[in-house]
Amino acid sequence: MSLTLYSLPDRQLAPLLDAYRHARAARRVRTVFWAAIFLASIAVAAWWVRFDPLLLWEKIGAFTSYFGRLFTLDNGQPVWTDPADWFWGFGKWLRLIGETLLIAYTGTALGALFAFAICFSAASNLSGPMTRWAARRFLEFCRTVPTVVFALVFVLAFGLGPMAGLLALTVHTLGALGKLYTETVENIDMKPVEGLQSTGGGKIQTIAYAVLPQAWSGFATNTLLRMEINFREASVMGFVGAGGIGEQLLSSVRKFYYSDVSALLAMIIGTVFVLDMLTSRLLRFLNRVG
Amino acid sequence: MAPLFEKRHLQDVSDRHPGAMRYGVWERRKITGLLLFGFAMLAFGLFEAEFNFIRFYAGLFRLGEFSMLMMPPRAGDMFLVYLSALGETLSIALLGTMIGAFLALPFSVLASRNVLPAWATRFLLRRSFDTIRGVDTLIWALIWIGVVGLGPFAGVLAIATSDFGTFGKLFAEAIEAVDPRPVEGIRSTGGTAAQEFRYGALPQALPVIAGQVLYYFESNTRSATIIGIVGAGGIGLHLSEQIRTLEWQHVSFIVGMVLVVVALIDYGSSQLRRMIIGAKPV
Repeated sequence: MSLTLYSLPDRQLAPLLDAYRHARAARRVRTVFWAAIFLASIAVAAWWVRFDPLLLWEKIGAFTSYFGRLFTLDNGQPVWTDPADWFWGFGKWLRLIGETLLIAYTGTALGALFAFAICFSAASNLSGPMTRWAARRFLEFCRTVPTVVFALVFVLAFGLGPMAGLLALTVHTLGALGKLYTETVENIDMKPVEGLQSTGGGKIQTIAYAVLPQAWSGFATNTLLRMEINFREASVMGFVGAGGIGEQLLSSVRKFYYSDVSALLAMIIGTVFVLDMLTSRLLRFLNRVG
Repeated sequence: MAPLFEKRHLQDVSDRHPGAMRYGVWERRKITGLLLFGFAMLAFGLFEAEFNFIRFYAGLFRLGEFSMLMMPPRAGDMFLVYLSALGETLSIALLGTMIGAFLALPFSVLASRNVLPAWATRFLLRRSFDTIRGVDTLIWALIWIGVVGLGPFAGVLAIATSDFGTFGKLFAEAIEAVDPRPVEGIRSTGGTAAQEFRYGALPQALPVIAGQVLYYFESNTRSATIIGIVGAGGIGLHLSEQIRTLEWQHVSFIVGMVLVVVALIDYGSSQLRRMIIGAKPV
């Protein structure tokens, strides 16, 4: 059996091949152009921060020895030889973790409530251009200013302590969730909304019976995912005096209590794992009923 | 007049027609319970944080005062200093994101199920990514300051480290989500495993990965504005100093600069993203 490949005669093929080569070359030029811009910006950035790979190479030993010290007790033994000594402040630290969790939870919940209140005004399918513009700019402001900056200001306004931290988290969460909620609301099917409006339903009735049944599972998913992020943020609120475990961590790092640092980090990471597990279980449950 | 139906019939109806009810009575009760628990926790949290309205209103009043003092934004003779610090912040974000992405790529390939079906490596790598992600960027900045000293270099390394954890997970998910048919096609023509990955999986995963890197560059500009607070370079140092010394006009000026730059990057990266992956949103 023989296989014959049919091809155009050379005279017709030549311009086609030419065009193909042309397109390839143009593409290559574009790729080189963007790669050059990319590399140049990397070079500028490296120059700006005085990036020094040699320094890193020199200090990589310091990095490993730093981690070695993190896992060494005061008596020179590795930490796992004496867990009781490693976690000597367990009760106190657990209370701080609890406080951090509460800050994260309260901030998430309050932020979610406010985001819920505002998202319908920011959605393009439910509100007029003026309200929408104002609501969107507000949400943008809330999520672009980092949580720690809000915390710094709120500590001055509301005093040191967890209240400043949770209000800072609330504001940032309001911005972040507000955007996600708005997107959820914009993606709903509009037919139920029109149906309710045609029977004379008011704004609140429309939202309650036409929008929410479609949107609530999206709201819940985004809120639960936010909770985990907020716990991590809450763990550094203490750096600026806004409550939680961060203050303890900062002072342990600054005073070179190495084994305390690793114990605190282990507790934070452990809590993140547990939180991760709980949220994914809750998400599965909600997906089943929703 | 008798009611049309009584509450106790509801259980009967949902037992007889489970498909017609979106969720059963028990699920409803569970959801109500969860919501009640949620609100109770909220109240408890507010109580524990010593939240009270007197303090809240006093604080709001002070916030109002601060924002009056912020107007108009003014940099005085610090403008060039702030501009250079902002450039440093951008550089930290760019370098950190790129280093994190380049380091994460090979590990994420090893952590994806369709490339390497071995269970143990995947589990180990995924848990490592989770562990790294569990620690906030600010904490990584503190640790790297202990290693390489104060300055923007520690900031770059902090962003790179926390991005390594995030990208490892996201890239692995992108690689796992590729359509297996091109990969099988290459296998059917006798391609090696490396060729399968290079010509079958990578062309599909790369645009997604590039989109994620761009998105994180954007979000890292925000993170990079704050790592200066612990001494890891960038504009954060100036920002926290000006807040602590109550120079509100300078504070609003710096915040305004950051907002403008973030908005510009937001715009630029969404244009780039559209160019890379077509009109589809990430």
